[in-house]
Amino acid sequence: MNQLSVDHLLGIKDLNENDIHLIFKTADNFKDVINRPIKKVPSLRDITVANLFFENSTRTKLSFEIAEKRLSADILNFAASSSSVTKGETLIDTVNNILAMKVDMVVMRHPNPGAAVFLSKNINAKIINAGDGAHEHPSQALLDAYSIREKYGEVAGKKVVIVGDILHSRVALSNIFCLQKLGAEVMVCGPTTLIPKYIAALGVKVENNLIKALQWCDIANMLRIQLERQDIKYFPSLREYIMLYGVNKKILDSLDKEITIMHPGPINRGVEITSDVADSGQSIILNQVENGVAIRMAILYLLAGKIITN
Amino acid sequence: MEPIVLLNNKSFELTIKRLCYQLIENHNDFKDSVIIGLQPRGVFLANRIKLELESILNNVIINSGKLDVTFFRDDFRRRDEVIIPNSTQIDFIIEGKNVILIDDVLYTGRTIRAGLDAMLAFGRPSKVELLVLIDRRFSRDLPVQPNYVGKTVDSIISEKVKVEWKEIEGEDKVVLFNQNVQKK
Repeated sequence: MNQLSVDHLLGIKDLNENDIHLIFKTADNFKDVINRPIKKVPSLRDITVANLFFENSTRTKLSFEIAEKRLSADILNFAASSSSVTKGETLIDTVNNILAMKVDMVVMRHPNPGAAVFLSKNINAKIINAGDGAHEHPSQALLDAYSIREKYGEVAGKKVVIVGDILHSRVALSNIFCLQKLGAEVMVCGPTTLIPKYIAALGVKVENNLIKALQWCDIANMLRIQLERQDIKYFPSLREYIMLYGVNKKILDSLDKEITIMHPGPINRGVEITSDVADSGQSIILNQVENGVAIRMAILYLLAGKIITN
Repeated sequence: MEPIVLLNNKSFELTIKRLCYQLIENHNDFKDSVIIGLQPRGVFLANRIKLELESILNNVIINSGKLDVTFFRDDFRRRDEVIIPNSTQIDFIIEGKNVILIDDVLYTGRTIRAGLDAMLAFGRPSKVELLVLIDRRFSRDLPVQPNYVGKTVDSIISEKVKVEWKEIEGEDKVVLFNQNVQKK
């Protein structure tokens, strides 16, 4: 099992359990590397990576960028807002122009589901999906599961509830696939309007009552309400949503066990979680960010290892 | 062809003892010296040397670490499979110390080159020496020479030298076998 079964990281759905464990094992070593005085290793010194962000991002973009730098790769950064995309260029033309500059790997975020798959079929470079619409966000799911493994020793047998806007969330879908492949039980919780209709077919539990969901789980992964993706009103008011689905310290303290709080960021403090929860000892939100760099280094390293030179 | 035994249990033990006395000649009480075994199999030799030195020197604790060189190798993307790293553990400061790098077999010298690079991430030692149990001379790709050698072997590319350990294989010995024959 020294090799990933895939040539690109398009989604968790394509990975098998061995792939995920291999990424985790490799990330363990990179976590060690990024905590040394000299945090850089030369593995990717002859690789060029293009970071194509057709949608806004802070954490993921910075995390990939620092991971690439720690591996000594050369980097091209591209943001759609300041590019020729606004002049009407197609995705393939944009990317082919970038590849003509001899790029080996592409990290892409795009608002359209399937954009990464489309690219992988049409261009000759390793593709890493950094989020495609409401479809998948594999590196986030891997770092979430890795953070659970770090805290609990293993993911198998854990009960994880994903709370919030499941309908518009790529993090939710990738997390469901990843956690299930590792043997965890997954529940989604939120207002019915924000839960996809047939999600139970994926083998997840569905719960509308936040307290019941929190009583059931070991870990709660809190998602942001993605107002930018909501074209209609899915709930009467944000205030009502906060009352029914916002987690505060009082709720956490009322549970008969100590659960772990995760959040993929960006946090809307006072909406899905209050500040005292986000900053409490039960939250591993900043561990997730640190682990994100190690996980992304592992993904880049393992995929780059498949670009064989002669 | 049967594997040829280069060092048997008895000569293995004697060789390690001799290497330790050679180290003591140059490093006295190891006050400013540390040993670092290269992952994966140099670590077994480093552990053995540490134990032996401590039993000879009495009341001396030898600082010993293990170093993984995977991310510093020069054959990344030149093999069919990605090399999966092992752990690195160096819990002491190597800045200004005399470092003794330890590996089981010295062959092309490329692992040692990577080891020197990997080690520099932990500081600037005042001096670095190399100790190997087996030196396969005449097969070097890089100008690397060991300071302490257990046994020197003349071998050809198709042959492989394997150091076996009591902890892993059940017996301490060094064997030389023909890779092509072994596969059948």
